[in-house]
Amino acid sequence: MFETLSDRLTSVFSSLRGKGRLSEEDINATAREIRLALLEADVALPVVREFISRIKERARGEEVSKALNPAQQVIKIVNEELVQILGGETRQVRFAKNPPTVIMLAGLQGAGKTTLAGKLAKWLSADRNTPLLVAADLQRPNAVTQLQVVGERAGTPVFAPEPGNGVGDPVEVARESIEHARRNNHNVVIIDTAGRLGVDTEMMQQAADIRDAVDPDEILFVVDAMIGQDAVNTAQAFLDGVGYDAVALTKLDGDARGGAALSIRHLTGRPIMFASTGEKLEDFDLFHPDRMASRILDMGDVLTLIEQAQRTFDEDEVEKMASTMASDDDFTLDDFLQQMSMVRKLGPIGNLLGMMPGMGQMRDQIDGIDDKDLDRIQAVIQSMTPAERANPKMINGSRRLRIANGSGTQVSDVNGLVTRFFEAQKMMRKMKSGGGMPGMPGMPGMGGGNNKKKIKAQAKKAKKGKQRSGNPMKARQQEAEREAERKRRQEEGPQQPPQLPPGLGGGGGGQPTLPPGFGGPNMPDLSNFKLPKK
Amino acid sequence: MDITLLVSLIVVVALLAVGGFFLVRTRRSVTPGKEETKPEVTGAPKEAAPEEDREREEGAVGTPPAHAPPAEDTAPPAPAEPAEPELETPPPSAGRMVRLRARLARSQSSFGQGLLTLLSAKTLDEDTWEEIEDTLITADIGVTSATQIVENLRTRVKVLGTRDTEEVRALLREELLKQLGSDTDRTVRTEPHGDRPAVIMIVGVNGTGKTTTTGKLARVLVGDGRTVVLGAADTFRAAASEQLQTWGSRVGAPVVRKDEGADPASVAFDAVARGIEDGADTVIIDTAGRLHTKTGLMDELGKVKRVVEKKSQVDEVLLVLDATTGQNGLRQARVFAEVVNVTGIALTKLDGTAKGGIIVQVQRELGVPVKLVGLGEGPDDLAPFDPEVFVDAILG
Repeated sequence: MFETLSDRLTSVFSSLRGKGRLSEEDINATAREIRLALLEADVALPVVREFISRIKERARGEEVSKALNPAQQVIKIVNEELVQILGGETRQVRFAKNPPTVIMLAGLQGAGKTTLAGKLAKWLSADRNTPLLVAADLQRPNAVTQLQVVGERAGTPVFAPEPGNGVGDPVEVARESIEHARRNNHNVVIIDTAGRLGVDTEMMQQAADIRDAVDPDEILFVVDAMIGQDAVNTAQAFLDGVGYDAVALTKLDGDARGGAALSIRHLTGRPIMFASTGEKLEDFDLFHPDRMASRILDMGDVLTLIEQAQRTFDEDEVEKMASTMASDDDFTLDDFLQQMSMVRKLGPIGNLLGMMPGMGQMRDQIDGIDDKDLDRIQAVIQSMTPAERANPKMINGSRRLRIANGSGTQVSDVNGLVTRFFEAQKMMRKMKSGGGMPGMPGMPGMGGGNNKKKIKAQAKKAKKGKQRSGNPMKARQQEAEREAERKRRQEEGPQQPPQLPPGLGGGGGGQPTLPPGFGGPNMPDLSNFKLPKK
Repeated sequence: MDITLLVSLIVVVALLAVGGFFLVRTRRSVTPGKEETKPEVTGAPKEAAPEEDREREEGAVGTPPAHAPPAEDTAPPAPAEPAEPELETPPPSAGRMVRLRARLARSQSSFGQGLLTLLSAKTLDEDTWEEIEDTLITADIGVTSATQIVENLRTRVKVLGTRDTEEVRALLREELLKQLGSDTDRTVRTEPHGDRPAVIMIVGVNGTGKTTTTGKLARVLVGDGRTVVLGAADTFRAAASEQLQTWGSRVGAPVVRKDEGADPASVAFDAVARGIEDGADTVIIDTAGRLHTKTGLMDELGKVKRVVEKKSQVDEVLLVLDATTGQNGLRQARVFAEVVNVTGIALTKLDGTAKGGIIVQVQRELGVPVKLVGLGEGPDDLAPFDPEVFVDAILG
């Protein structure tokens, strides 16, 4: 349904491979696809137009690199441009010379201002600041109460002299809060204002009055990542109405592609400072332009995945898992069960796979994965005895029947699981022998040409499997294997230059031979890592 | 954490999961009837639930709010109105859309004007058509729908050979109406069935205005002379039930609520039970905002619905969509429709500059009609959706 840009470009370029230079037609053909991809990511139309013309210009002059096929090359250009627009200078919060530093939040209704206020307070207190939350949203019923609860959770005092629900003057509250902060030694004041529409002149005036009353050091425009084409109008209206210094993007934990970020940045020139990625107060961080670029283009986001993993897993777990993986003992169902529960903490398995680059073409399969299946697998494994789990080979017919009965499944399900488990075990064994040492013959990816054949052959195999509808199980397995093969290739990346950060595709030595669907998304990732460092 | 480790982990799980997908398919085809009972038998123990779900579950088993995870929700917008001690009698629903039409027209005229200017150009060349398409896209109608509308319009203009602005306008109106499906049933089923009240569930992602819509809807119903019971099943966001309480007390509708962190399904169940007991006409259940990507929370929503169904059938599940939502709205609608079978959409915040074009796509793809529109901050700015008035307002 939602194809990724790289998939699309791959199909555009399928007939054009091997050309020495990007021709005018190539560029035009891609331009349309890029346009569609950007529009579907909710990037505003005027921005898309301008962006496309820039891409065209750059692509025209570009030497065709030997390392990349045309699709990859265009994506690389697009990605670089995106990062450039989104990135620019990284902004830090400007603290006032004479405390308190005043930060004012403004935005549409439901953008997440109150929540963000709490997150910001928590984030600031981690750096030894003493923030004060100010409830200047006196419009929405119980917004004040909400801020108080949020403040309590964040461990931050809340200044709320007015009960809200339409009672009280927010300007007055804001003004008093500064005095209150001074008296109580708060060095940062965060003012949560009511949500308002860009077209509502009265409310905009009120926001401007608050601004004039407190003279904020930072005004943050809080915007929902799901916002559509209207982002430009709203952003402009707020810029004209109150003005703002930076943008905070919320609800990035959904699957909205967040093209609004690009539109706002491009149109107003205001940097995006914060990204809020969840419901917990900790789910808040500075904005990473490179990740956003991949997201807008709907490419994998391995970095986010890793970070998520780091947040979710504690060290003991990781260590334990690492030792299981590295030990000479065979991979057992118990290990698997444990790993599965860990992975599941990260979120739905489909989402995780989606975050991996190169998964675009597997989208259908990914969509088909239901987390309930994992529950069933778990039930099957838990119906086994410890001995069976440690040594699944001993599971014979009668045991299978017992397990099936115990877990409420069919014998064939148990069969399937056991067979697949042996596959996985084989794979793990291979990984253990090859994974630790780069360049082992078992691992693909070191030598160029050889590797290509391998992957292609595999792809063919999988295709055959797909056609052979009579044996869907095998087809699935092959697909899964192919997937695994890809993943293994990716793992290899960091090992080539061991000190590199998780730059997938690492040295790029393997790149030129990759099939586009796979290599494509990797490539920009590579540039991502390099660009910000410059 | 080592990426190698992580990746291989996910691969292994995926490998088995993809197979598991197959596993289930076979099983379903073999024993389709067994499906419902399965979860109880094989149901994964609690620790299997995804993390984000677990946090909420913790709350659900009765941890005091202080121990509840420091998580909260984004805030739905809400109208400004001083709380009054005496009960208000809101105006009835009839004629609301017309009353609000002026407001709609004001904020959207530039869109309609732009389209008409383009259409009345002397020569409708390639560029003009493209610009028309672009104008539609800026209304969040989406590339596919916009292309289709333009294609249809183009053919008809060619066939009819019309050049007249009025006629082209009529054609455009017709085309937009067709996309919106002018003949779909858009009534919100709020009629009680004999001794049982009608049950309405309000669902949606965070910050679209669910609580506000619940409150406004209650007002509409009370204005029409019904008795309403509100269920504050948003036990997650800070102060959400207080917000609903404020709405309820304004119109004298009882609000069934529990402590923060309570099981939303039990609140919903109690609300319906109370509705039956009181002989109320309608029970409206406000649920917590949840992003459609969070499986755990979506499961919870499914549970709320299932639990309510033990008491009474759910007549309406209204998905609240923010008019400013872009293409993500379609994904939201799809997931929510899968989980709780959405029967209608309430489009909120249409009073801004946004045109809410996403509803065209949602309706086209999922066939779920828009039933209500929220047009402003006033407590009575909720109206039944009328496609003709809507399209007329858009075209100015």
